Amino acid sequence: MALTAAVASSDVRAAGGWGLYVTLVAAGFRRWSTYRLAALAGMSTNLVFGFMRCAVLLTVFDGAARVAGYDPSAAVTFVWVGQALIDIVLAWGSTQFGERVRSGDIAIDLVRPWDLQLALLADDLGRVGFSLLVRFVPPMLVGAAFFDLRLPGGPVGWAAFAVAVPLAALVGFAMRFLLNLTAFWLLDWRGVFGLYIITSGLLAGLIVPIGLFPRWAEIAVWCTPFPAMLQVPADLLVERGNPLLLLAHQLGWAIVLLWLGRVVLRRAERVLVVQGG
Amino acid sequence: MASRLAVYRRLAGAAARSQLAYPLSFGLQCVGQVVAQATDLLLILVLFDHVHAMGGFDVREVLVIYGIAGVSFGFADMIVGQLDMLPSYIREGRLDALLLRPLSALGQICASEVTMRRVGRIVTALVTLVYALSTVDIGWTPTRVALVVVAPVAGTVILCSIWVVACSVCFWLVEGRELANAVTYGSSMFTAYPLGVFSSWLRRLMGFLVPGAFVAYFPTLALLGKPDPLGLPGFLQWSSPVVAVVAVLVATAMWRFALRHYRGTGS
Repeated sequence: MALTAAVASSDVRAAGGWGLYVTLVAAGFRRWSTYRLAALAGMSTNLVFGFMRCAVLLTVFDGAARVAGYDPSAAVTFVWVGQALIDIVLAWGSTQFGERVRSGDIAIDLVRPWDLQLALLADDLGRVGFSLLVRFVPPMLVGAAFFDLRLPGGPVGWAAFAVAVPLAALVGFAMRFLLNLTAFWLLDWRGVFGLYIITSGLLAGLIVPIGLFPRWAEIAVWCTPFPAMLQVPADLLVERGNPLLLLAHQLGWAIVLLWLGRVVLRRAERVLVVQGG
Repeated sequence: MASRLAVYRRLAGAAARSQLAYPLSFGLQCVGQVVAQATDLLLILVLFDHVHAMGGFDVREVLVIYGIAGVSFGFADMIVGQLDMLPSYIREGRLDALLLRPLSALGQICASEVTMRRVGRIVTALVTLVYALSTVDIGWTPTRVALVVVAPVAGTVILCSIWVVACSVCFWLVEGRELANAVTYGSSMFTAYPLGVFSSWLRRLMGFLVPGAFVAYFPTLALLGKPDPLGLPGFLQWSSPVVAVVAVLVATAMWRFALRHYRGTGS
């Protein structure tokens, strides 16, 4: 619906090849930029939660200078990066694909002359681009205005963070793609997606840095793709941990999840039954 | 009046049946609500792994606050959570249809989807509350026993009122749904912690202007017979039922005012 409406069919024919996906990125950006007020409203919610999460997290520094490798200013930075990236990476509202499967519109998407996963990724990158402007920058500025943030001392730290954010968005997309694909079997994607919304915050490090978990839980969570979405970019910004290992975790999961998405999509195409006439 | 209640009951019943249409999905949503509530619990436990007190409360005392807040929020979300859909009611013109029927628009929206899955949230918070109450020292008196029952009820009423006022904003700002979330879901987090955790302006904003402090914090102080670590007057600890009544009056006035200014979105 929205995805397809943004690109007229003549555009698709004219663009061809990779040009199509570039057009889709631009269309995604334009589509999301029509929801400027909604983005502002969502951003203010991020701000309120940012202040509350800072207050709650700072209680652990009762008499201790460092907890789990974070000092108070690294901890508040962690909170604000989380609030700034939450909408970009976790994108809890992004269920249009699953809805198209449920309604049967997916049948049209499957016969279009494109790679469905790549097309949805292109559309999502457009959304990420717009979100970076309105959802990422303001919370970071507010955080910096009210708290003493810990930012990288040199270009290497900034470069690592700059690589980590798109990788986090890629892992986030791949996760949501897989979750939406469950609609092919379950028809209603809401249960699965609801579980994702609920667990991803905790497992990605949004609610509390994973380093504060008990040791066994910390190791277990690092074995999942969730830390790649928030914990890794946040740790890179406050320069905690080995940057190469952190980026490798992201890259590894991005490749695995995108590949898994293609495999599952191919199987899903075979079970698709469009109901109704 | 009785016939109206019967209509609401049928609407809510139909909503409940439709939620069971996809049983697996519904089951997962219930589990999701348990996990959501448990996530907040885990956060508290993880934090207390590193400290012994938070805002002047030990872990069991914080769990009492968390329990009352969780039960209240679960019920409020179940009853009025559907108001989050108000922007789409307005945008798609469905609100106009509701206004033509001889029932309150607010009642119809709420009854259209009494979210049964919230039971998962309520049960998790309730179990934690019972456990916490059984382990802390409470000098049980008849008034305290009454308070244990009244506090979640008053908390639910207060949170419902907050929800109605926040969502009324959508009549002016159709895209303002997430702005309302700052206050509704924000209160879910704020009410679960001792007031002293937050800075003074957050306390004023989310604790008193939005009366989140009266949902669980003050009733817990009264239950524990604990002097307020912030030194706030003692009468506040027993004032939640009064605040609940005032909140309902404010919410009703706000909803009516907003509805009078509703002009539709045109077409």
